[in-house]
Amino acid sequence: MQNILEAKDLKKVFYKNRVPFEAVDGVSFHIGKGECLGLAGESGCGKSTIAKIITRLIMPEEGSVRLDGKVQMVFQTPQDSFDPRRTLGDGIMEGMRNQGMGKKQAKERACEMLDLVELDRKFFYRYPHEASGGECQRAAIARALAVEPQLLICDEATSALDVTVQAQIAALLKRLQKEGGMSLLLISHDLALVQYLCSRVLIMHQGRIIEEGTPDEVIQDPREPYTRLLVESVL
Amino acid sequence: MAGRKRKAGRAAGYKLLIFGILTLCVILIAVFAPYLTPYDPYAQDLSNALQPPGPDHLLGTDRYGRDMLSRVIMGSRTTIFSALLLVAIITLAGGAVGIVCGYYGGKLDSFLMRVSDVFLAFPGMVFAIAAASVLNRGVLNAVIALACISWPRYARITRSQVLAVKDAPYIMAARLSGSGTWKIIRKHIIPNIAGQVIVTAVLDIGTMIMEISGLSFLGLGAAPPTAEWGSMMSNGRSMLQTAPWVILSPGCAIFLTVMVFNLTGDTVRDFLDPRYRGKRRRE
Repeated sequence: MQNILEAKDLKKVFYKNRVPFEAVDGVSFHIGKGECLGLAGESGCGKSTIAKIITRLIMPEEGSVRLDGKVQMVFQTPQDSFDPRRTLGDGIMEGMRNQGMGKKQAKERACEMLDLVELDRKFFYRYPHEASGGECQRAAIARALAVEPQLLICDEATSALDVTVQAQIAALLKRLQKEGGMSLLLISHDLALVQYLCSRVLIMHQGRIIEEGTPDEVIQDPREPYTRLLVESVL
Repeated sequence: MAGRKRKAGRAAGYKLLIFGILTLCVILIAVFAPYLTPYDPYAQDLSNALQPPGPDHLLGTDRYGRDMLSRVIMGSRTTIFSALLLVAIITLAGGAVGIVCGYYGGKLDSFLMRVSDVFLAFPGMVFAIAAASVLNRGVLNAVIALACISWPRYARITRSQVLAVKDAPYIMAARLSGSGTWKIIRKHIIPNIAGQVIVTAVLDIGTMIMEISGLSFLGLGAAPPTAEWGSMMSNGRSMLQTAPWVILSPGCAIFLTVMVFNLTGDTVRDFLDPRYRGKRRRE
């Protein structure tokens, strides 16, 4: 299987009051084409930092990322991931417009994307505060998919939603990933969600990957004591 | 609760309308000043000097026999225009510095903020007096002097607002969708911070009118014979006992104008208050 992403020895240090804190400490992994990889671990273990390094929102101190194609991201807080002063439609169109697409064409495609994520087309004209969390998250997925990325990163994309909406979004992601054939990096502390969507999972603890395997393996037979703790605390 | 909120939002709307109209009137008087003056504000008529207010001269005349009403109307132009110019300059300059500092951070930010600290450490009016006396006399130079000491406050406000929004997920999303720095600043950051900065600017217009008049009163602003409220008051101060209208008419003009601008600023702030915003858009 061809790899869409290869990350090698990523290292990122943050300074809090001049005290260094190694958020990501020598992490290497790859994502295959069409694969859905889970990245699990407690808050503050460096999951989101990895997402930001891959999307080049921050630069790592050491290591390299090789990425084949475009990457898009769905954020944790749905309402904050759209500009409060612009409509959801504007947000969805922004990426396409930046790629040089005409306004009419971009709007047409934005509406198709709304259909794809099962959101009514009237949301094109809504502002973020006029839509619920689940609706915003669907729009955020539409925005990410509109530019046809080869890799989609979901950074705790369902954690801010209530349980029924979480299930809907998870089903939507599963469907889209199956149909679209793109790769998915699912960052979550929710092992049940990881098990539902992913074929392989990495467990992170204190900036390092401590365990890797299929979700069933990891959940049923954890090798590391920390993984056992994580599994027990969630399930 | 919701009803009360909506009512408050609507009341803010009415208030904004009323004060907006008053502000517009004041600005229109300033714009059309040359057409509104009953007499030539600069024509001297020594035989008519120091006339008390009467049917011929509604606000009396000064010691050179110039019609006070005409001079007050004409003076509105100098005072209000220079105050608006001043506020525009400091909002743009301070805003630009604040955006650069907030968005880029790093050494440039530290440097510019230390510079603004230096300016903030000076007693404002004293610095303005010093700057205005080094520069030549004139309204424009008074504006420059006041701009020098007033921009840091705007830089600070803008910077803090930029810091509050620049790490929001929607900014990251915009960057991910390929928007460049300039586009992000123009389309996402400025619209989201403009409200707060505009409110500060509108609230400051009144203060700036007072400061410009203050400098002119001290003889550091408008040069004679330019009609300017501050210098007109200064001219009349020796005659407060004998011809109070010479000092009272420009004084009242300053008082009323500053009050109108301050009340407008307060209403704009109420109007832009986020607690009313959501409701209003849906109505």
